[in-house]
Amino acid sequence: MDRVLTLTAALLQPLLLLAAAPLLVAWIRRVKARLQNRRGAPLLTPYRELRKLLGKEAVVARTASPLFRIAPYVVFAATLLAAAALPVLSTLLPGARVADAIALIGLLGLARIMLTLAGLDAGTAFGGMGASREMLVTTFAEPALLLVVFTLAMTTHTTNLASMAASTLAGDSVLRPSYMFALAALLLVGVAECGRIPVDNPSTHLELTMIHEGMLLEYSGRHLALMEWAAQLKLALFAVLTVDLFLPWGLATRLSPLALLGALAALVLKLAALGALLALGETVLAKMRLFRVPGFLAMAFLLALLGLLAHVILESAL
Amino acid sequence: MNLAALPLLDQAVLVLAAMALFSAFALLAQSRLLSAIHVFAWQGALVAAVAALTGAASGDVNLYISAAITFVLKVLLIPWMLHRLVRRLALERQADPLPYPALTLLAGAAIVVFADWVAAPVAQFEHSATRNVIAISLAIVLLGMLTMVVRRQALAQVLGFMAIENGLFLAAVASTHGMPLVVELGVAFDVLVAMVLFGVFFLQIKDSIDTLDIDRLSQLASSVEQDEDTEPPR
Repeated sequence: MDRVLTLTAALLQPLLLLAAAPLLVAWIRRVKARLQNRRGAPLLTPYRELRKLLGKEAVVARTASPLFRIAPYVVFAATLLAAAALPVLSTLLPGARVADAIALIGLLGLARIMLTLAGLDAGTAFGGMGASREMLVTTFAEPALLLVVFTLAMTTHTTNLASMAASTLAGDSVLRPSYMFALAALLLVGVAECGRIPVDNPSTHLELTMIHEGMLLEYSGRHLALMEWAAQLKLALFAVLTVDLFLPWGLATRLSPLALLGALAALVLKLAALGALLALGETVLAKMRLFRVPGFLAMAFLLALLGLLAHVILESAL
Repeated sequence: MNLAALPLLDQAVLVLAAMALFSAFALLAQSRLLSAIHVFAWQGALVAAVAALTGAASGDVNLYISAAITFVLKVLLIPWMLHRLVRRLALERQADPLPYPALTLLAGAAIVVFADWVAAPVAQFEHSATRNVIAISLAIVLLGMLTMVVRRQALAQVLGFMAIENGLFLAAVASTHGMPLVVELGVAFDVLVAMVLFGVFFLQIKDSIDTLDIDRLSQLASSVEQDEDTEPPR
């Protein structure tokens, strides 16, 4: 009975994240609209967009190889699998036993490789540009993300995300300089990985500086729907990753309905706050030139590295 | 791993010291002079806060006084003087980007590792809870020196010099609960005088060669003219 319950919870958590991802995007758009004195679209708009796209015919370029058709499914599946390694509501997560934080980064890397290959596949100029820019961003973002994970792993002695959150929950509340640096680094990396301002502008289409949109230009119908949904899921994934690692309070440590409800309420509150913060940042900042992005991510890398050093110097030698 | 065993004040001191280390990196990488001055002011504020918190933890009144001196001098007076200097020299919009930013920052990280390695034996004999701050302050001192090495703009080098003083003060506060007040006052006065002298000196340089780029100072004006001739007469 217990095993069934745990398995159900494990299956339901990524699906819950998948279902909630468009809502998070809609919430960010809404807050952004309010900050700019607009009323903003209803919160259900991304769901309607997805339904519309799923019902449409998928047009594929004549020059495209089979990879172009496979890519959306791989991207979507890899992102969903990555989400399965993440404790969304409860730290009792069988999926986390198989996939730790490094596997999560690897799965996201797989999704990204397929995305860039698909962008190159149709042979358009924008697709190639988007792909090369995505690779530029990734080259700098991925090491920083790994360093963040290593910094936290040195404190919690595990790379398993569920145990990381559990050990933070069980430990005393301590001011840790390394966590502060790691949080700052993760926020910068998250912004870059999810293609938000100031690295990429998610709300424009057909702009010369686009990164993510550039790779999706050739997609239509259900393929585009899957790609968009995967991107939304990735944003939700990074948001949940941030709150799991740094603010895990509220996560259910056992599977009672009450604890799960409390965890859900806490998660909604935390994601709403994080989304509002992102919207605020996107309103205040301007998109930076592409060639300044490596500098931005070098900053993230430096912060992560300082987190690691701060742990070694200030926290472990005591 | 018994960070949790430290009192909250000491934990806060560690966090502030780590932030001061970050500000040293920001000072190293910041190419705009005015922003660099603001970073320097923040670093001063962090160091002053460390002194005040250490004072609160140890109940030492002298530390409050040195915190106040540091705050007035390094957060208000010197940044204000530098601001005025930048405006008088019309350098507000001038950017002085690092030649190799990534390499410089990695060198900075290597310096932090080196500082930790150097300070490890010192920290062993020290019994105060915040002894690890010695490594951090040594790193701030070395990063200030690195700033002076890699920056071409004279004012940025002054900021590096002042950051060295911040690092020394941090080391004194964290390891021995501050220097004697006489020494403290002397150092503070020295820094102030240095600042005034730098100001006068820079105005003179600017007047005579119309730039504060240090690279231009490596040659004498007459030798530059000589280089243009094919064969200097001997």
